[in-house]
Amino acid sequence: MATVVELFQTMEYGPAPEADAPARAWLAAHGGAFGHFIGGTWTKVGKTFETFDPSTGKSLARVTQGTAKDVEAAVAAARKAYPAWSRLAPHARARHLYALARMVQKHSRLFAVLETLDNGKPIRETRDVDVPLVARHFYHHAGWAQLADAEFAGYGPVGVVGQIIPWNFPLLMLSWKVAPALAAGNTVVLKPAEFTSLTALLFAEFAHQAGLPAGVLNIITGDGETGAALVNHPKVDKIAFTGSTEVGKIIRKATAGSGKKLSLELGGKSPFIVFEDADLDGVVEGVVDAIWFNQGQVCCAGSRLLVQEGIAETLYAKLRARMEKLRLGPPLDKAVDMGAIVAPVQLERIRSLVEQGRAEGAQVWQPSWPVPKTGSYYPPTLCTDVFPSSTIAQVEIFGPVLVSMTFRTPEEAVALANNTPFGLAASVWSENINLALDIAPKIKAGVVWVNASNLFDAASGFGGYRESGFGREGGREGMWEYVTRRQTADGRRQTARAGSAVRRPPSAVSQAPAGASAIDRTSKLFIGGKQARPDGGYTRAVVSPKGRLLGEVGDGNRKDIRNAVEAAHAAAKGWASSTGHLRAQILYYIAENLDARRDEFAARIAAMTSSTAAAGRREVDAAVRRLFTYAAWADKWDGAVHGVPLRGVALAMHEPIGVVGVAAPADAPLLGFISVVAPLIATGNTVVAIPSEPHPLAATDLYQVFETSDLPAGVVNIVTGERDALATVLAGHEDVDAVWYCGSAEGVKAVEVASAANMKRTWCTSDEIDWLDAAHGEGRGFLREAVQVKNIWIPYGE
Amino acid sequence: MSARLRNPGEPLDLDRVRAIRVNKSAAERRAATIGTRRTVKKQWQAAWLLRALTVIDLTTLSGDDTPGNVRRLCAKARHPLRPDLEDALGVTSLHPTVAAVCVYHAMVPTAVAALEGSGIPVAAVSTGFPAGLSPFQQRVEEIGASVQAGAREIDVVITRAHVLTGQWEKLYDEVRAFRAACGEAHLKVILATGELATLTNVARASWVAMQAGADFIKTSTGKESVNATLPVSLAMVRQIREYKARTGFSVGYKPAGGIRTAKQALEFLMLMNEELGREWLEPTLFRFGASSLLTDLERQLEMFVTGRYAAAHHHPMP
Repeated sequence: MATVVELFQTMEYGPAPEADAPARAWLAAHGGAFGHFIGGTWTKVGKTFETFDPSTGKSLARVTQGTAKDVEAAVAAARKAYPAWSRLAPHARARHLYALARMVQKHSRLFAVLETLDNGKPIRETRDVDVPLVARHFYHHAGWAQLADAEFAGYGPVGVVGQIIPWNFPLLMLSWKVAPALAAGNTVVLKPAEFTSLTALLFAEFAHQAGLPAGVLNIITGDGETGAALVNHPKVDKIAFTGSTEVGKIIRKATAGSGKKLSLELGGKSPFIVFEDADLDGVVEGVVDAIWFNQGQVCCAGSRLLVQEGIAETLYAKLRARMEKLRLGPPLDKAVDMGAIVAPVQLERIRSLVEQGRAEGAQVWQPSWPVPKTGSYYPPTLCTDVFPSSTIAQVEIFGPVLVSMTFRTPEEAVALANNTPFGLAASVWSENINLALDIAPKIKAGVVWVNASNLFDAASGFGGYRESGFGREGGREGMWEYVTRRQTADGRRQTARAGSAVRRPPSAVSQAPAGASAIDRTSKLFIGGKQARPDGGYTRAVVSPKGRLLGEVGDGNRKDIRNAVEAAHAAAKGWASSTGHLRAQILYYIAENLDARRDEFAARIAAMTSSTAAAGRREVDAAVRRLFTYAAWADKWDGAVHGVPLRGVALAMHEPIGVVGVAAPADAPLLGFISVVAPLIATGNTVVAIPSEPHPLAATDLYQVFETSDLPAGVVNIVTGERDALATVLAGHEDVDAVWYCGSAEGVKAVEVASAANMKRTWCTSDEIDWLDAAHGEGRGFLREAVQVKNIWIPYGE
Repeated sequence: MSARLRNPGEPLDLDRVRAIRVNKSAAERRAATIGTRRTVKKQWQAAWLLRALTVIDLTTLSGDDTPGNVRRLCAKARHPLRPDLEDALGVTSLHPTVAAVCVYHAMVPTAVAALEGSGIPVAAVSTGFPAGLSPFQQRVEEIGASVQAGAREIDVVITRAHVLTGQWEKLYDEVRAFRAACGEAHLKVILATGELATLTNVARASWVAMQAGADFIKTSTGKESVNATLPVSLAMVRQIREYKARTGFSVGYKPAGGIRTAKQALEFLMLMNEELGREWLEPTLFRFGASSLLTDLERQLEMFVTGRYAAAHHHPMP
């Protein structure tokens, strides 16, 4: 044994293990084998698999592989508990959430130790980060439960929610899922990751003891098959998933057309941008927090270092010196920075990706100290001489591996940062506030940390852009994922669908077009501010319900969609950065010019739909009002400043999604079109719209209105044609950021399936919406769908 | 001090001074995890506590100091640890003492006499301590007088106004003159960080002091309302690291004021070890400016020996 005299010279740290006896006692009390926790009780242990301590490779316990029958039982229990739980007074639910927060705090060390045993992350993290954030999440959402009726008036719980969480933050991800779900009045079936089931089971047991009613929270363990059974269960109303983009895409397709609400928090390759005026010593610690936190097994890990060329070598030298000082070892040791990788299969993946990087020419640097021989350990790693073309610059490694590239200018930094299919998080380091706040909005990411990394709080929404998924967790924006509009007693007024547009030949129709004596007006497509002939060279005849030929429109095809998307992209940057005031002015101007042609539009609507002239005028008037509504909103759809616990602010910015494909409603040919296009452009998106298939002329008549209203070219593009065929092209287009679809149930499914290509956001409905009714046809719900929330964290202080 | 080459200083590099920026929030986040990322237990903890004890500049800087209490302090400096504890720890062979005794000029002769033969140097605070606003020539002469009286280390204060108004050349010249007046005595430059407003100012002043020839940079006089903190320490030791990288010279660090507990002391030691390395855990490059810290260290060491919580009155008071 080393003497004090010897240690006085060496000044080693020595071992400092956290005791694990209480956690092991809990495992032993359950006989080392667990069933599911369903309906407030443990089920019998079924066919099991082992869960391991990754730092030793030794088995910790056995957990049950959930079967379809188990999922059935869990969903049934949640369904049974739902009526009473959802009808509970908000205050009563708040008390339950509060009790859960207290429960977590009371058992905080047991949770932390069990988590470290099962996951391999350092006890410092579970003790100081994971578990405190879990408690905070329940406290915060106790508040949302209390306020639910007042703050989400007209909305109620979705129903039974299926939740599938990953192994990197097992308990924390449980809290992110369970807290908002329960606060809003849903009941839950949650499946933890098969590597890390234990803390979820502990949580469920203690939650039950803390008085949570049976069936409100059910935990079912198992692998991907169990998860699939949950995703596909017909009586689950919403799926919330955190995990890989690959599985996210499978879930998107599996739930397409099912009407299930969906939120997905997926992978990332988040940029960590360092400008030459940054505090480089601060940057180094930021990198430690970004990529060596939780062994880099963090979806939002700052794994791509982008550093201004002139300071790159200086920063690398500082990083290497810091890496030498990191301590890696048994995760229960209170003095280690890094613990074990969750499982051998993950370790192997990290190894092979780093080797691939080396083979592709990267310089791989690791500290000189040895890595423990047993257990799943991987050292902190810095890869330089990496380029966007390198595999390791594009693929999510999910390990302690930082890849670095250099940039010359702020513009190039943004371009490199956005050169990825992902869009989860970003860090921006500069001592120049003008620069930092200019860059943050330009990064395609749901969370941006200025001069910081991996800051989390229940009050601030977390979630991605692009293929990092959609939906937010935390804050008010997160609560919207767990509520839905309450059904109105009278239902929605049906609007008759009538008439059709069919491809020529014109022999299909018997009569000459109305107003044949006038100069022939052929409605082309409207792309990039110009009227364009359809690529295919075909036109569609527009006929009245009585079969009278009313006119012709272009028969758009996939190439027209391609061209329209390009035009929308060309306009996107300028339109998104235009002021709300300008967008409002243009919307008012469109309304003004539409109003001036009220009778003409009214007559057109009447002719197409065989309604009365008065009904046509009502629709035009409603369209004008709707334009006014969104003009009014254009400079008012503000974000928020979240009250996060630090000296600084978290700005929840409402950002346009980008280029949005729209299939406008078939009925209400003018009002329906305006109702979906106006909120999108009011919030700064550009649009490729497919007008009503049977009644496209109201939309094509708008070309001239747009042209006289200062609407910049490319902000609204219109492609007439067969709705579902075109909508599916839009949904599959990898450079379209969202699709709104109003149409058939089959169309909804096709769009949702195709959207998985780039995980674009979708808002699809096959409901008949009464567009004349402002309560249904306009307002905040549309605006929420038209934007995504970016949270920019700005710690300050000098 | 050892035979390590003293930092001779170098010409002032104003571009470098002005380029220094410290992000306060980032420094605070790092500081907050120094004590949660590292810990020491059992005999390792004992070794670290003993280490802390041996780098103390045992200090009394009061208007009511008399030869009597200064001699009492010096007696404690020679034998900071109760002999039975030295024995139980097995460290008698190390002859642990504190690093220095720090007093006002008037008490230097008393302290020098009281410490004779111990090898423990006397440090004198100087240059119009604590405000440093007496006539410049007088401040320089004060250094000479203390050196003459036997002080081997001089803890000077700077003109804070030079920092607050960005007059780095004036600060440089001032410290340069202090260094010259020290001769063989080692120069510790007190920045009075609690009065410098920002971490960036602290870091810039640290850099200027080192270029002007400081052997140590020190946080505080103990008289400011905010004394040594971990974020301030980060701002300073990172400049020391940079100075070493650029010039090859190792400059020491002395946090002073407000460090009263063993737990605090260990956090500072860990900060030094993490940011600068083992070399900076020696009294040649690291000191605590403290007085009551010593008793808490003794108590914790006694607890290691006996397994029981210890009482302050069981330890001879300094």
